[in-house]
This record gives sequence, C-alpha cells and structure tokens, in this order.
Amino acid sequence: MPSALFSALPAVAIALLLSACGTGESNVVSGNRDGILHYGNGSEPQGLDPHVVTGIPENHIVRALFEGLAVKNPYTLEPEPGVARSWDISDDGRVITFHINPRARWSNGDAMSAHDYVWSWQRLLSPAMGAEYNYMLFPVKNARAFASGDITDFAEVGVKALDDLTLQVTLTERTPYFLQLMDHYSTFAVHRPTVEKFGGATNRFTRWTRVENMVSNGAFRLKEWLLNRRIVVEKSATYWDRDRVRLNGVVYYPTENVVSEERMFRVGQLHYTQSVPLDKIPVYRQMPDSPYVQAPYLGTYYFLLNTTRPPLDDVRVRRALSLAVDRDKLNDTVLMGTVVSAYSITPPDTLGYYPPKLFGHDAQRARELLAQAGYPGGAGWPGLELTYNTSEDHRKIAVALQQMWQDTLDIEVSLANQEWKVYLDSVTQMHFQVARRGWIGDYVDPNNFLDLFLTGGGNNNTGFADPRYDELILEQAPRAATRRERFAIFHAAETRLMQQMPIIPIYTYTSKHLIHPSVRGMPSNLMDSLNLKYVWLDRQWQADGGGG
Amino acid sequence: MAGRRRGRLSVWRFITLRLLQAIPVILVVITATFFLVRIAPGGPFDSEKPVTREVRAALEAQYRLDLPLHRQYLSYLGDLARGDLGPSFKYSGRSVNELIAAGFPVTAELGLYALLVALVVGGGAGIIAALKPHTAQDYLPMSAAMIGICMPSFLLGPLLVLVFGIHLDWLPVSGWGDISGDKVLPSITLGAAYAAYIARLGRAGMLEVLHQDYIRTARAKGLPQWQVVLKHGLRGGLLPVVAFLGPAFAGLLAGSFVVETIFQIPGLGRFYVQAAFNRDYTMILGTTVFLSVLIVLFNLLSDILAAWMNPRLRAQYGRH
Repeated sequence: MPSALFSALPAVAIALLLSACGTGESNVVSGNRDGILHYGNGSEPQGLDPHVVTGIPENHIVRALFEGLAVKNPYTLEPEPGVARSWDISDDGRVITFHINPRARWSNGDAMSAHDYVWSWQRLLSPAMGAEYNYMLFPVKNARAFASGDITDFAEVGVKALDDLTLQVTLTERTPYFLQLMDHYSTFAVHRPTVEKFGGATNRFTRWTRVENMVSNGAFRLKEWLLNRRIVVEKSATYWDRDRVRLNGVVYYPTENVVSEERMFRVGQLHYTQSVPLDKIPVYRQMPDSPYVQAPYLGTYYFLLNTTRPPLDDVRVRRALSLAVDRDKLNDTVLMGTVVSAYSITPPDTLGYYPPKLFGHDAQRARELLAQAGYPGGAGWPGLELTYNTSEDHRKIAVALQQMWQDTLDIEVSLANQEWKVYLDSVTQMHFQVARRGWIGDYVDPNNFLDLFLTGGGNNNTGFADPRYDELILEQAPRAATRRERFAIFHAAETRLMQQMPIIPIYTYTSKHLIHPSVRGMPSNLMDSLNLKYVWLDRQWQADGGGG
Repeated sequence: MAGRRRGRLSVWRFITLRLLQAIPVILVVITATFFLVRIAPGGPFDSEKPVTREVRAALEAQYRLDLPLHRQYLSYLGDLARGDLGPSFKYSGRSVNELIAAGFPVTAELGLYALLVALVVGGGAGIIAALKPHTAQDYLPMSAAMIGICMPSFLLGPLLVLVFGIHLDWLPVSGWGDISGDKVLPSITLGAAYAAYIARLGRAGMLEVLHQDYIRTARAKGLPQWQVVLKHGLRGGLLPVVAFLGPAFAGLLAGSFVVETIFQIPGLGRFYVQAAFNRDYTMILGTTVFLSVLIVLFNLLSDILAAWMNPRLRAQYGRH
C-alpha cells in the first residue's frame, strides 16, 4: 500500500501539470476572424526610434508605425505616394520638391508639415545624435559636412520648407535612387513635440517610443510592447489612407530560434515566419499548397580576399580559387537549392540591372592559373586560412570550399571560425587571408553594391584599389542622363572588379518564409519588403478546410 | 532557555559573517567581468556595416566610453552603489534595471516550477528506489534518472514539444503565460535534469538513514511503514537534497537560457546570452552581478536550511 502511494506520486504530479491544458483556438484562426496578422519577426527590436535603430526586425515594425515621403510598391518596388502626395524633379535631377498630403496626420491628430522633415533630418544628421544610418541623407547638399561637424548651420543643408506643405530638397548631384531612400526608416519624420518632451532631440536614452508616449504617422500605432514577448500594433484612426488598410492589427513575435518559429507556425501560432530551418525546407517543398515561399533577395554571400598579402596579392591565385568553386554543386548539395549561384557582387535584376558573368566553374583553367602563379599542382603552396563567423551554415560552406580547392588545385586551406564580434574586428582590421562576408542592400540600385569597393572604402576590406573604377562609380555614373546609360557604366565598373577578383562571390541570397495560405497581398520582391497596406487575411480560407 | 537564545544569536552571527564574506566575492566578480568584456575583441558599436568615425565618437560619448578605462570602472562602481546598472547598449532608451525587472520574474517563476517538478518527481523517485534497493523498484526509477541526467534540455525540450505539442496537440509549443498550459513543457524540460539529480541524492540519503538505529527502533515499535518513512526517514534522508537546492535554484536561474530559447520565453537567460553576443557591456555586467548576488544568497539560504534540519550541524554552529 505505502509503496503504491509513492509510485503514484510522479504520475499524480504530471497529471496535475497536464490538467491545465487544451490549446484551444489557434492564433491563425482568431487572427483571420479579427483581421490580426501574427508575424514572426526574428528578434526583439533594439528600439523603435527610426533615427536610432539599424536592423531588419526593427525595420518591419518601424515601417508599420511610420511612413516615409514616398513608399515602395511591393509589386514593382517603384516609389509611390506616402506622406508626399506628389513630387517634382528638376531637369538636372538635383532639386526634388515634395508636396505633403494635406490629409497626412500624426497619430495624436496633429497635421504633418514640411517643417517636420526639416527638423527630423537635422536630428538624424546632428553629430551628437550618432545616428548610424545618417549617410542615407548624404546625397543631400552639405549633409555630409553637417554630419561631420564641418558646418554647424543647418540652413546651409539642402532641405527647406517652402511652406507648410512643400519640402524642397537640393542634392549635390543627380541621385536616381534618392526617392527610394525616402522609404528607409532613417529618413522618416518623428514628432518633434513628443521627442523634445521626453529628453531632447539628440538624446538616445529617452522614453518617447514607449507605448504611452509614442506618436507616429504610419498606418498602425503602437498598442503593446512586452519585452522579448510581443509587440502589438493596431490600425491607426488618423492615417490619411486608412480606408485602404484592411488589417486591424499585427502582432510581432521575437522568434529568435528558427526551429521554435517553425513549430509555432506548424501549430497555427504564426501566419508568417521570418525564416525556415534548412533541413525542413525539402519537407515543406513537397507539400501540396506549400506555405514555403522562396525568392531572390537583394544580398550577396561572398568571400573577401586580402589582396595585400601573398599569395593572394597575385590576381592569378585569386582567379584560380574562384574558378575552382563549383557554385551550382554547392547550391544543390549543401544548400539544398535554396540560393542562386553568383559570379559577381550585384544581384541579378537589381531594378533591371544584370551584372557581368566573366567566368564559370572551370577546374582546368583554375589549375593553369595556379601553375602560372608558381604553384603547379599545388607545389610550394604556402597555405591559406579561411575565416568565418561561427555558424553551422557558414561552416558547411567553408568545408565545401576547402574540399573543392583541395580536390581541384591540390592545395591546403585551413579553416578558422570566430565569434561574431571577433570576426568583425578581424575583417575591419584586415587580419585575415580569406574571410566570409555577406552584404544586404539598403536600396535597390547597383550603386549600393559597387560603392563597397571604392579605394579605402569602409566596407572594401580587401585592399582593392583601382582609380579607374573609382572614377566610373563616383564621377561618371552620377552624370549619366538615363538609367540605361548609368547601368552601362556600372557594368563596365563591375567588369573591372571581377577581372581583379578581390572577392569570391558565392551566391545571391534568397528570402525564405512560411506564409499561411490565408495571407493575401504579400508578394515576394527583391527587398523582401512588405507594405502592410496591401496585406489582408482571407476569412473564407477556413471554410476550405485545413488546419495549420 | 538560555541555550536556545545563545544558539539563535550564533545563527545571526553566522549569517552576518557569510554576508560579509560575500562582499569581496561579488567585488571580484564585478571587476573580473568588467575588464574581461573590455578585453574581448569587438565592441558594442561594431556591426557589419561600419559606422563613420564621427558617429562612433558620438556614440562613445553618449555611453561614456570615451573616458579612460579606470574612470569608467570607478563611475560604474559609483552607479552600482546607488543601485543603477546603467543604460543598455543594445536596447536604446532602456536601463539594465528595467530589462532585469522585465526578465527576472519570468525566469524565477520558471525556475520555481522546474524546482517543484524536480522535487516532486525526483524526490518521489528517490524514496521509492530507496525502499527496495536492488530490485526493479530501484533500478527502474534510477535508470530513468540516469537518462534524465544524460539528456540535455535542448534535446528533451523539442522531443516533448513534438509529442505533446504537435502530435497529441495537448499543450502549446511556446510562450509564457499567453495560452493556458504553456508553462507546463518548459517547467518539465528545465526540471528534468534536476529531478534526476535529486532522485539520486534522495535515494542515497534515504538508504543511509533507513539503516540507522533509530529507524530500526521506530520499526520495532511497530509503526507502519509510511510513518517510518515520512516522519522519521524523510527529515534525515533529504538532507543532501536540501543542501543541493540552493545551488540548484541558482543554476536553474542562470541556466534557463536554453529552455527560454526553445520555448520563446521572455526571461532573463535570453537577455543574458544576447548581451554577451552583442557586447552589451552594461547588460553583461548587470546580469552577472545580479545573478552572483542571487547565487550567494541561495547558497546561504540552503546552508541555513540544512543547519536547521540537521541537529548535529546546529550544535556545531552553536559552539562558535
């Protein structure tokens, strides 16, 4: 009897714990009924102040709460009216006049004005603010000089409020992608009285972005912010285009762990996941009506080559290494066909621009080049170290490259993994021979990739220096009158770059999401950019049957 | 009467002494952490897209990183003395105090439930095993305990989710306090390893006690088995378990990161580990200091509890 009592104890305990169960209605079911999108957002945002934050999860929430002068159409990525109802561009492309929509309102009901932008851009560019994305406005006349403290009078910067509803922006030179930058959160306006009330313009430690304080101008307003738990936004009653907003709200979850995120999706807690675990992709692909959505993304995965140190100071060695990499095989095996092989830095179809393809996988040519460089069949090879930041995915790719180089060129390459911040330090200091790198574009334009390799540029990190390349990017491209002419100049520059091969491009990134079939108006695009104004949830979907 | 009084005073003296001993320990922890995180390569403002020199200077000025290191250290100690752990580097506009205040209650609650699971399941299994040593009733729970010790939470958690969350659809797969029942799986996952330890400790303790003379006496008096075990055996037999509780609870708090990540729980563990990756200096320091104070306190608490339960130890403290 007594021992039976004791044996029952664990069972009783478990039964007690289980008694509180029954998972009830899923978020997807209730969300579809109430018009609430449940969105896996990757991680907790570092903040919600558009002039402070820098990351992708922040971008998603900030762009729901705020709206720029012009916003990207999610289908075409071309600018369409936001806070500005329309804009005029002067013939030389240097003066842009924005006409603010008279119906544009802040969430507290205040009317928006051109002065909001003058003040907000001054805030972004103020040296004391330390805004990491202040360079987004550097195309504006004297903006860079103001940001670096060379001039202190903001009146000299090329932004003026001609009247309450007319904003005139003067650029240093023609900048075709400037309108796109108006949809980048760093150029958004913030509500001056609110920011000033809670600690002043350039103070980063203020509470103005808290739920009870925040005033914003987007299609949604902040409703709840629970750290590391969720952020809830609700449809704004003051937004000028509110009649077109079909969602009643969005719940953002900081889904840091991709495996947990996928599980949440599977049980119907999420409509949308930020990413998909690689090993689950084949399973999802085979599903009928697969929720798996993959599309090319404005980013390139590549390896930096330190051209200042032997043996990589020899262009033949650099080309040999690059030609020996079988990118399609890497994609098909290690990466399960989830990327697009890349042979240059700019992603294909960047607003219609296609980069040159100067080479392919060519083992024979790679061996010849290496022999010409003085290492026939790998003889006399001094060794090479490949550095990557600690991650299982990067390790797999590094190992594959190591193997390909060993098999094709008969050379030894060692691998070194470093923790993220250590790795960043190594890359910046150029303490590496070969280093893994990824670049995600901030705006859709080849310039965003090609200006990385300007002589001495902060993200060059290869020692690549070519005066002719600099001239093409800095002098000639901005003067081009048409998009076509401009792209031809970029093509010439990129050809020079890939002839010198200071980098080994590997693949173009893809965006990978699980999207519930009830979600509509969320097209794939190169920016992985979502405009919530277009999104709606199909209430009828449930009737067609199907769970999560 | 006089004897009791003297004993109680000594207990207070013992506590005071231990608290005083804790101060240099915590100071060493602060100093070591402060300088170690600075030595680590990379800083809070390093990112894949490097910032301009002016921006970096402005950021360093806002976070007082432009001061010499020893002045930063002294000003940190000064702030700490006032209970101010500083602003977070990563979460703009949030103080470390605020982040700990948001995360700690969740982690503490999770730790408490996990401890309950560990005590009930582990303690129960240990007692059952000790009653009939070297029989199936012993081997079965002890083998389960061995599996529990060997199975890491990053395996057990997803397994439980797969079975109870996805296939059976009984329990939510993530969250904390959002959907009813979402606290069950994390508590079991975190508690399992500790349950296994407690089962083994409990079994060993009970076995020792059940062979003592006073137990034989109790049995000889004709007391029923359950009374012998619960009234006489338990108090002595669970002593090693109690001594283990303090460090275990501290370990649960500091080690809940994995479980918090698996189940998307907004606890302190996630902040702690993210802070290290982000080089969020103040957050690393703040959480380290906070957790070391807790660990010291819990060790002290379990020492006191053990002394209270063990008459021999009580006598020993009394002599001082």
